[in-house]
Amino acid sequence: MQLAVWTYEGPPHVGAMRVATAMTDVHYVLHAPQGDTYADLLFTMIERRDHRPPVTYTTFQARDLGTDTAEIFKTAAREAYLRFQPQAMLVGASCTAELIQDDPGGLAEALRLPVPVVALELPSYQRKEHWGAAETFYRLVRALCPATRPARPAGGPRANLLGPCALGFRHRDDVAEVTKLLDALGIAVNVAAPLGASAADVARLGEADFNIVLYPEIGDEAARWLERQYRMPAVRTVPIGVGATRDFVTEVAALAGVDPTPALALDARLPWWSRSVDSTYLTGKRVFIFGDATHAVAAARVASEELGFDVVGLGCYNREFARDVRAAAARLGLEPLITDDHLEVEARIAALQPELVLGTQMERHIAKRLRIPCAVISAPVHVQDFPARYSPQMGFEGANVIFDAWIHPLVMGLEEHLLAMFRDDPEFHDEAGASHLAHLPLPATAGGTAGGATEELPAAPAADCAASPQPRVAGAAPGEAAGLWTPAAEAELRKIPFFVRGKARRNTEAFAAASGLAEIDVATLYDAKAHYGR
Amino acid sequence: MTLPAPHRVDAPDLPALRREKGQREVFCGLTGIVWLHRKMPDAFFLVIGSRTCAHLLQSAAGVMIFAEPRFATAIIEERDLAGLADLNAELDRVVGRLLERRPEIRTLFLVGSCPSEVIKLDLARAAMRLQAERRGVRILNYSGSGIETTFTEGEDACLAALVPAAPPLAAAAPAELMIVGALPDIVEDQFARLFAELGIGPVRFFPGRESAALPPVGPGTRFLLAQPFLAETARTLEARGAVRIAAPFPFGAEGTTAWVRAAADAFGIDELSVRRVTAPGRERAKRAIARHAERLAGKRIFFLPDSQLEVPLARFLAAECGMIPVEVCTPYLHSRHMAEELALLPAGTPITEGQDVDTQLDRVRAARPDLTVCGLGLANPLEAEGLSTKWAIELVFTPIHGFEQAGDLAELFARPLRRRDVLRV
Repeated sequence: MQLAVWTYEGPPHVGAMRVATAMTDVHYVLHAPQGDTYADLLFTMIERRDHRPPVTYTTFQARDLGTDTAEIFKTAAREAYLRFQPQAMLVGASCTAELIQDDPGGLAEALRLPVPVVALELPSYQRKEHWGAAETFYRLVRALCPATRPARPAGGPRANLLGPCALGFRHRDDVAEVTKLLDALGIAVNVAAPLGASAADVARLGEADFNIVLYPEIGDEAARWLERQYRMPAVRTVPIGVGATRDFVTEVAALAGVDPTPALALDARLPWWSRSVDSTYLTGKRVFIFGDATHAVAAARVASEELGFDVVGLGCYNREFARDVRAAAARLGLEPLITDDHLEVEARIAALQPELVLGTQMERHIAKRLRIPCAVISAPVHVQDFPARYSPQMGFEGANVIFDAWIHPLVMGLEEHLLAMFRDDPEFHDEAGASHLAHLPLPATAGGTAGGATEELPAAPAADCAASPQPRVAGAAPGEAAGLWTPAAEAELRKIPFFVRGKARRNTEAFAAASGLAEIDVATLYDAKAHYGR
Repeated sequence: MTLPAPHRVDAPDLPALRREKGQREVFCGLTGIVWLHRKMPDAFFLVIGSRTCAHLLQSAAGVMIFAEPRFATAIIEERDLAGLADLNAELDRVVGRLLERRPEIRTLFLVGSCPSEVIKLDLARAAMRLQAERRGVRILNYSGSGIETTFTEGEDACLAALVPAAPPLAAAAPAELMIVGALPDIVEDQFARLFAELGIGPVRFFPGRESAALPPVGPGTRFLLAQPFLAETARTLEARGAVRIAAPFPFGAEGTTAWVRAAADAFGIDELSVRRVTAPGRERAKRAIARHAERLAGKRIFFLPDSQLEVPLARFLAAECGMIPVEVCTPYLHSRHMAEELALLPAGTPITEGQDVDTQLDRVRAARPDLTVCGLGLANPLEAEGLSTKWAIELVFTPIHGFEQAGDLAELFARPLRRRDVLRV
């Protein structure tokens, strides 16, 4: 039994829903009670889909138990087929139906529906959402692809894009961006799946020369089957960041036997933006990275090699892919954090006091409480992770997007300099808050950043339930040392710009505690600055 | 699915009622935790369930800004399913750790879920067992499972579990008014002032703001339901001798007046005083509603089943805003609690109890109403078909009761129509 407050991943049948919803003509009949229908809103609200997910829930009730839940399933499956006329059906059970053991696969088979029916066994009490998505996609591929590889159509090189899915972090735009890269190389996208694919598209995966695994968490299981069954090679370099995109292009071009130059010549602004002088202030910014393994590993490379950050923490919530994160952490000399307990992540962030957090929506909230700038790099997603504008993470344009998205939360280089210069001006005094909110009073609560409470965008309209943030800031609250400050030291502390003052206070107090000092005077403040300075 | 022929409930003038069975598209009772934990800041809600339960709660809550909210899920894992003895031991361990961490908790609700019900985990016994070892915290249990409760029925189950914990009202004590149903604090205060002015006092609220300080219950208790979904809570209160005051629900100027008047009648307050005390609020409400009624009048509205607020809201929108209810679907219809409301609905309004979502959507598409009240899973798909919608969930998260919120309530329905009119894209 695991005590969970917030979870990074939903149950595995939500992963199956993501695959069904991503596709155009697959329907999922889910043996589940009515409460499980909440999952529809993930797609219609968070992702703003304009169609209901293609899912029929049996919504059996307590009074049905022990009598005719199997009959309810058969009726639901039969009617779903007649109403929606899918080209393939997924059938399975959610956590509750798994316990009553009605065998949806066997029941559906008995209906002799005229389309392929794929029975899903998703152990809800062991597995989670990503695994469910990967397993579902793999089962579909196995069921729909013919045993022998279909004949290759005439023409140039062709590749499949495996893994993009509904409710994925920027999958929609990544597919477009990677397609552009391949286009520059003269490689056609045979099928991108599951996102936007039909059952017939999945059946012709074998017509491509090779597979590109864009999201290993979802696509790798299927890619491995295609390797075994069809001997199709797979590209596993994930093109996030300039370096990884170049590696990706080189690898793909070699596999397709084409010249990589046209794709490598595509314009990437990140290198110059990163080398330009304003970016020198980025040097050595301490960054904490957490997300799904693929995005976390990619972010670590971009952060350290392309932005000159100092990665001080790296971790992921999906244990299935923890090996990649361990390897990346070892390269950076870090202890990886592999956990799906957000309280553990919060404690680590609070202890490390990074200057930037790159994480999921969960870390965004943690960072907001700790008043640390943050950018989102990975699922689980939120309504704001589905921007109206084109906003890929992959390819050269993805790198440009990443530069903007990660840098903007930080105070800019020149701005940082000016803030220090003008810090005593009326506009910059402590109570003025962020400049664009200067006319507003600061919120009374200590836990939120200025304007933080109103900036909170709900994924669902339940926003009203979000009361003002509770200030519970592990490691950031003034410790026992708070009473040690001399008036002169307090006055000196106030001269430090507000956005680094909290850190200066914490460092000084930690330094005083470590040195066993009974009071903190001006000298202690500067001793601590020298001690922690880099 | 074939439907039974519409038949009529008890009285001859009541609207037509149809019962429907099929796929439901509603939240389960666990969702109520999202507003209940805010109403009772000294209570903690521990769901004993699956990862799905945890995921539902965070998806329904929509935002994740609390470091540690006062609810959590004890997720049952594979090894817990091996034996109930071990599962109980695990539960004791989790509760022990939780209470150690959160010593400020005065009431702990063990909340049953679909999986815990199916494996027959006896949470009532668990609560008793855990209670025996602890003082200073009350441990109660109820089921919010989707196989037993629909959305707002979770609040009903929670409040019904609280009733036995309330102290007895002395037999000789004078009659007391109790308002039943979780209300936002601001609305609670407005009602308290209103009843005080009428000379009805003391007025108790159930639940109040402290789960540890429950109002007394006994044969002297006269209670008004503030929410239409509290069947079990009412039954439990009645079992302790409390008497329900039959009334429409306090939505809109008229609904609120009738609700207050019912209490006044029960306490022997004369009509003149009722008019004097309700007049200012009633007039303010009417003025506030009038601003939106202009846009709403003559517009056709379709309610899909969600919160059980459908019938009272349809009555309000028809009687006070001039809307035409095309069909009012509700998860359950409590004919006794709803009798006053049904009598006020326009004659012949089609009412459906239960759900078969696809056939209901077929009827929505055929009727093409101006506004459809529905859950979050259906709203954007209907909007994409050119049908304006109102999220039903907002009706349980927003203060909508009483005179001072009547205008806001009308505005909730007017806003989607206004938006449709202003957009040129």
